[in-house]
Amino acid sequence: MKHARIAWSGAIQQAIESNGQLLITQGPHAGSRVGFDEVVWLPPLAPVPQARTVIALGLNYADHAKELAFKAPEEPLAFMKGEASLIGHMAYTKRPADVAYMHYECELAIVIGRTARRVKKADAYDFIAGYTVANDYAIRDYLENWYRPNLRVKNRDTCTPIGPWLVDAADVPNPMALRLQTTVNGKVTQSGSTSDMIFDVPTLIEYFSGFMTLNPGDLILTGTPDGIVDCQPGDVIVTEIEGIGALTNTIVKA
Amino acid sequence: MTPHESGLPRGTVYGTLLNFQREWSLWAPRMDQDPYKAPPKAPVLYVKTANTFNASSELVLQDGVTEVEVGASLGLVMGEGGQPVALQLLNDWSVPHASYYRPPVKFRCRDGYLGLGGTRPWAQDVVDRLIITVQINGAQVQTVNLSALVRPVAQLLADVGEFMTLQAGDMLMLGTDCLPDGTRPRARAGDTVQLSATGFAPCVQQLVSGGAA
Repeated sequence: MKHARIAWSGAIQQAIESNGQLLITQGPHAGSRVGFDEVVWLPPLAPVPQARTVIALGLNYADHAKELAFKAPEEPLAFMKGEASLIGHMAYTKRPADVAYMHYECELAIVIGRTARRVKKADAYDFIAGYTVANDYAIRDYLENWYRPNLRVKNRDTCTPIGPWLVDAADVPNPMALRLQTTVNGKVTQSGSTSDMIFDVPTLIEYFSGFMTLNPGDLILTGTPDGIVDCQPGDVIVTEIEGIGALTNTIVKA
Repeated sequence: MTPHESGLPRGTVYGTLLNFQREWSLWAPRMDQDPYKAPPKAPVLYVKTANTFNASSELVLQDGVTEVEVGASLGLVMGEGGQPVALQLLNDWSVPHASYYRPPVKFRCRDGYLGLGGTRPWAQDVVDRLIITVQINGAQVQTVNLSALVRPVAQLLADVGEFMTLQAGDMLMLGTDCLPDGTRPRARAGDTVQLSATGFAPCVQQLVSGGAA
């Protein structure tokens, strides 16, 4: 099942995808069907009682690591993001006027389903609620070599679109063999496969849960493959993962 | 309940690196060297994830960690509109790490690594005059003077706000100071670490060994 979280009829609604429409599943509008273009799409994540942990991976595809002139890392290169950087499908991301290189990153996002601590690879899939698509924008002009990638590059307002759907893990039999693709104004600029991850999904869950507790609703953004290009105001960026969804975002001037 | 009445942060907690003049000065000669290549222009921030929030009287050392650094700090608890509404005394525990090149996830985001002390309503003059005293097993090992910041509160909020909005309930830590030799006080299993500052309930935690290598 594909779950969405939307604003419609003056309130936040939970919905599922049903025959090309959104079917509202809870509250006074349960059973109502609305069109994709009639709603505001929010990140497809239920609220959590404490700050959501958002882990992101750098250099987790061999080709992207090469593109960025680093050798492949020996352990996951991870950084943390704040939930406030997340925005939904069909939203607007701001590009500052003075920058030369701002690029998208199409990433498979793992949503944790139950408390995970010292989980072994073999059991890792049991701890996943589902998957969604993230676009982890970066502005390379702001890259500095202190706790790199630094938050000014990677934790900017509006710079982490996510969605449109949270797809149940049960509906994704092999998350390690999904095609990824990004288009800019309809032209394919990035294509790859999750099979090329350096550290795969079970390895990441074992690694992080080996020193920290992951809670339901926490996110792991698993990195991006080769094929990043600069994006300008007006560009429409669609980051898509096979079977998970196509996440649309538009760049605007800051 | 008012923000943080429970002592637990409601939002995302951000830490600030290199925000004490002493540590900045000690690092300055190396800032142009590899791998850093230049001094940082923007505030160097990191996230203390929710699994670090620790209001208990213990910090469990586990997963192979046998020694931690004490990080006495003061957090700005944010209200609506980007202004602080409260201050909280904090112990920003970390696994010692000599390099500031890569993000410190496995050094700073371990379970229990943010000790939560008392809170006070926000007031600039409280920050300006604040001295945090660090004791290990009753012996004073450090005094942290909040008037010695590289970016004082207003400048730090402005420079952070340039690229990210702090939301109500989020917390921004003003940084941790080092000792004159550039190190930080270290503690091991059995040690009791107390942070004290006028007007705040102290932050006291005992380090215990938790096995599970």
